[in-house]
Amino acid sequence: MPNATAPDQIFQRALANSEILLPKCDDCGAFHFFPRVLCPHCHGAAISWERASGNGRVHTTTVVRQKPERGGDYNVCVIELDEGVRMMSRVEGIAPADVVIDMPVTAFVGEAEGAPAVLFKPVEG
Amino acid sequence: MTSELRGKSAIVGTGHAGFGEAHGLTAYDVMAQSALAALGDAGLKMSDVDGLFCTMMEDSMPALMAAEYLGIQPRFMDGTMTGGSSFVNYLTSATMALEAGLCDVALIVYGSNQRTASGKLVTASRPPAYEAPYNPRYPISAYAMAAARHMHEYGTTREQLADVAVSARAWAQHNPEAFQRGPLTREDVLGARMVGDPLTVRDCCLVTDGGGAVVMVRADRARDFPKPPVYVLGSAAESSHRQISQMKDFTVTAARESGKRAFAAAGLSPEDIQAVELYDAFTINTILFLEDLGFCAKGEGGAFVEGGRIAPGGVLPVNTNGGGLSCVHPGMYGIFTIIEATRQIRGDAPGIQLNNVDLALAHGNGGVLSSQVTAILGSQATL
Repeated sequence: MPNATAPDQIFQRALANSEILLPKCDDCGAFHFFPRVLCPHCHGAAISWERASGNGRVHTTTVVRQKPERGGDYNVCVIELDEGVRMMSRVEGIAPADVVIDMPVTAFVGEAEGAPAVLFKPVEG
Repeated sequence: MTSELRGKSAIVGTGHAGFGEAHGLTAYDVMAQSALAALGDAGLKMSDVDGLFCTMMEDSMPALMAAEYLGIQPRFMDGTMTGGSSFVNYLTSATMALEAGLCDVALIVYGSNQRTASGKLVTASRPPAYEAPYNPRYPISAYAMAAARHMHEYGTTREQLADVAVSARAWAQHNPEAFQRGPLTREDVLGARMVGDPLTVRDCCLVTDGGGAVVMVRADRARDFPKPPVYVLGSAAESSHRQISQMKDFTVTAARESGKRAFAAAGLSPEDIQAVELYDAFTINTILFLEDLGFCAKGEGGAFVEGGRIAPGGVLPVNTNGGGLSCVHPGMYGIFTIIEATRQIRGDAPGIQLNNVDLALAHGNGGVLSSQVTAILGSQATL
């Protein structure tokens, strides 16, 4: 059932429109991720949404090794966004093993498991 | 627990079953065999058990399933599921329940048939919604990312990680109960199949069947049983996250807090501990927990484990049964840290028996470095 105030629905609807929104606490001003009905920092319940800058760095990374016939190796990483929140994702456009800690990356809305998802690519130059 | 509970409860029996491969048996069969073994060790009957502390991997109501299977109607139960740390956590709740008179005989028990049932981790746990789309391989991707961050911040090397596995194997080679007893070198670990960079398959725990159990009573009657009692001198827990993407500092676990409080309750410090039994699901765990529990400084764990320093004959005996890396790892290993610590203190360890152990530490880890629980166990002489 659609609900205009349900945190996950707000996030997913934005993704479906190729937009990345992040929840931000009206009381303490801190961002958080994943979306939820309260702020995990100050526990205030008034949450607004802001468009993410999309800028971040690889906080840590791994390569999931998989046989080529099952799809081959792929990257799994945790990105820290400039807003101070972290999310699991993957960096695309380079070999999985070339993704390194502290690498600057930019977010885009791509597809994972058949649904819109936040993915990252290396910052050019 | 607080220092008021120091030494108020004791372990009077341990048991295990189904190590390696328990062909044809269900997880509950292995659980029940472990329970019988522990009660036999304590000279007690199943009908004496009135407190049950249990969780399993396959159900959402495993403690109820276990009580029904065992044919008992416990008047106190704790089925809190914090992953592999659950069983060390039950040392606290069992002590509280015993001391409050809510039960008189506490049975902590676990069993799994994951190796013969599926060959991989069996779990009723669902992948977190905001991580699942990226297909991390649980739990290894989480531990691999913690290892990568430790290497980045502190210069920890793959060789040092490998030495954790080599040391565990060296202990296991003396333990007839251990599942993997063949030779293992640093080169074997480094050259093994990479499964989640920087971890190879030899940086990962075993996938075995097996179960374990311990029986606890109040300290005032602990000397009335066949085996020397082993007292719970301190135990403490702390949880920091559930999903690895939510871990604040990938190089510091909540073991720093659980350890500090467990040592405070026991009135002891790391230098007092003679045998260290850590939940080593992956080689990075041992390094993180040695640091966070205060056996070495943060960032120095790699150097601390290097070149056999935690192997037999080294500076600190760690995972003296071979650990989850080489002895047994049936989905959740936590109960075996208690069993090995207890047996080292009693003097009936299955492998290398250290000399005159009065104090040992058991440390459980749950989730993806999420839940940390530390217990300090001691002999009669330490009361």
